[in-house]
Amino acid sequence: MKPTWIVAGVGAAVLLGGCASSSNLYYWGHYEQDVYDMYIVPDKATAEKQVEDMEADFERARGAGKPVPPGFQAHLGYLYFQLGKFDLARRSFETEKANFPESAVLMDRFIQKLEG
Amino acid sequence: MQRAFAFAVLALLSGCATPRDYTAFRARPPRSVLVLPPLNQSLDIKATYGVLSTVTKPLAEMGYYVFPVAVIDQFMKENGLPTAYEMHQVPLDKIDAIIHPDAVLYMSVDEYGTKYAILDSSTIVRLQARLVDVESGDLLWDGHVDVRVSGNSGQSGLLGAVIESAINQVVASSTDKAHEVAAQANTQLLVRPGQGLLYGPYHPKFGTDGQK
Repeated sequence: MKPTWIVAGVGAAVLLGGCASSSNLYYWGHYEQDVYDMYIVPDKATAEKQVEDMEADFERARGAGKPVPPGFQAHLGYLYFQLGKFDLARRSFETEKANFPESAVLMDRFIQKLEG
Repeated sequence: MQRAFAFAVLALLSGCATPRDYTAFRARPPRSVLVLPPLNQSLDIKATYGVLSTVTKPLAEMGYYVFPVAVIDQFMKENGLPTAYEMHQVPLDKIDAIIHPDAVLYMSVDEYGTKYAILDSSTIVRLQARLVDVESGDLLWDGHVDVRVSGNSGQSGLLGAVIESAINQVVASSTDKAHEVAAQANTQLLVRPGQGLLYGPYHPKFGTDGQK
């Protein structure tokens, strides 16, 4: 192989690497698929089914040593709320707020609603 | 030969090159983004939620806090805003008081779905987006993307193509291929270096890009 080819090849690889995404910050699991199913195939994404998926995802995320994504705990809390599990709902909203203080205004609003 | 390689390298470069002007973005870099359900200008009723359900991952992986898209949608519906159109009309000061995001991402889906020809099909997702600073109302960033994926996997022979086309139609109508393409479109729109958003505060590379 001529040196110029190797140089060009390495150059292209570096450029490609520069454009490619690195490994994920979060453990995603079913979150986005469940959101899709909720609207498009609701039978596949009842609140019970989503809670099951997300509780399992939470454990898998812990196993993988990655955080769950922004909104995950808030979404889970909302599902608990729909199922009447208010203590769990509150805990999820508080976790979302602790993990992501950007959510505080909305999470406080939801927690207040629980105390209603 | 060498010229061909130079050309290939140039093509790769151009994929990442000609960066946009990030002055407005850098003046008010957001930490948190509220994504409202996209307006649907396409003919497919699945478009709004096909796109909304694939937008969180690229945004969050860029380092932003993304409000829970479905919870926001439900919350707004419960509060008298039945459609994306009504949600897009809510004044920024009201959004600020109730949800308190740094920025709102307003999107529109202009095309969504699979078009069938006799020998082939193509799945198209075309989007526009505007990221607006909640406090000032300034436009921080805008972009558009047009992703087309051919359903023809390159099988040769007319009969093969006809059979494949028929199979593709069955598969596509029972799944929603545009949903997968929507994920690609959102990623291209938001993540492409020099065109998409700059890294947000949760990304290790926050503050290293978009320098002028």
